[in-house]
Amino acid sequence: MILEMNNIEKNFIGTTHTDMALCDVSLCVDSGEVVSIIGPSGSGKTTLLRCATFLETIDSGSIIYKGETVAQTSGGGTAEYVSKKDMARIRNYFGLVFQNFNLFPHYSILRNVMDAPITVQKREKDEVEEEARKLLDKMGLASKAGAYPCQLSGGQKQRVAIARALAMNPDILFFDEPTSALDPELTGEVLKIIRRLADEKMTMVIVTHEMSFAKAVSNRVIFIDKGCIVEQGDPGELFDNPKQERTRQFLQNYNR
Amino acid sequence: MSFSTMLSTMGAGMLRTMGIFFLTLIGALPLGMLVMFGRKSKNKVLSSIVKAFISIIRGTPLMLQLLVWYFGPYYLFGLSIKGYRYPAILIGFIVNYACYFAEIYRGGIESMDPGQYEAAEVLGYTRSQTFFRIILPQVIKTILPSVTNEVITLVKDTSLAFTLAYQEVFSLAKQISASETSFTPFVVAGVFYFVMNYVVAFVMEKIEKSMAYYN
Repeated sequence: MILEMNNIEKNFIGTTHTDMALCDVSLCVDSGEVVSIIGPSGSGKTTLLRCATFLETIDSGSIIYKGETVAQTSGGGTAEYVSKKDMARIRNYFGLVFQNFNLFPHYSILRNVMDAPITVQKREKDEVEEEARKLLDKMGLASKAGAYPCQLSGGQKQRVAIARALAMNPDILFFDEPTSALDPELTGEVLKIIRRLADEKMTMVIVTHEMSFAKAVSNRVIFIDKGCIVEQGDPGELFDNPKQERTRQFLQNYNR
Repeated sequence: MSFSTMLSTMGAGMLRTMGIFFLTLIGALPLGMLVMFGRKSKNKVLSSIVKAFISIIRGTPLMLQLLVWYFGPYYLFGLSIKGYRYPAILIGFIVNYACYFAEIYRGGIESMDPGQYEAAEVLGYTRSQTFFRIILPQVIKTILPSVTNEVITLVKDTSLAFTLAYQEVFSLAKQISASETSFTPFVVAGVFYFVMNYVVAFVMEKIEKSMAYYN
């Protein structure tokens, strides 16, 4: 098991994000598994991903990566995190691809991919560069190594972001609506890359609105609404024969 | 007084003016960063004190501040201020400009996309790596036009050192004009400030262009 999130509770009391809360959500991901998370806007899909990547702290529940506990509900009922040092180490286990890419605009494409392995993981520059160029080649961006993010299309930027995450050699890769900020005609190139990673048995959790993609690429689909998991299971089963009324409703609205 | 004598006398003043200018920049640019960190500190006491201090510095004339820095030690603590004129001038200028720069830095940092911090955090950059490698280079590019404005203002503000009877180019122009009943020193001073600012604008534009490779 690469990731175990158990009974996650997250509230945004006192903020304007009250609709993005999570109540008693559990998510376990096995090695090589591709899990898609679908659901309406504000249902908590992104919040779940942000909790998994430590960008948000959970109120209660537990997060365990590769058997190492990151956060756990203590006696007082609230979750306690391990030391910053341990969190920094465990961060190496995962990568996150953002909806808005968040590339570093002042770095060239190659440096965007190389900088973190060199700066954070203290790896050899030559070795990292060789790997980064291979990754860019795999993303079909070998010729863009010297370009800057502002010179790229959205689809190209997202592929760089994927390369940047992969350069850290993560065990699991999270995607937060990777195609939502793209022109419809550019989504295909990004989805193709993700599909290829799935073929290579990369462990992935993908928050997406691309239903047919989710159906084709995932081993498991989770439908979240109002911060709770409504239904999860085999993609064919969930899309063609949903058990819950709410799931049916959501998918119907989607296909209209 | 011949024109060449006047020029050489005023030339010494020009050097003193440039001295104030460069030393102020060298002191105020980094000090502004510290002031900004204080202003943005999570420690409420510290950030309130710094905020109040910036407010006082920005809310009162630099001319008055120079007088306070120079005469303050004598009136408040009875200390001798012999030989303290030049340090007082530099303290006055550096502190004043650091506060303005701090607010410019703060504006630049607060305009950064939070996604940049999040991307760096997920990739495992430490807080200082994130600041110096990812945020600061982008902030510098964003704030450069505002900094240019301040630097141009500084060139002209150096003339306020005349308040403490420091013989920079403006004081000398006034003195020579009065003693020689001549208008020429004012023209010379005016040309000097203009040319200096022209050079400043030219250099700043070069720096801006060197950062134009991305947006």
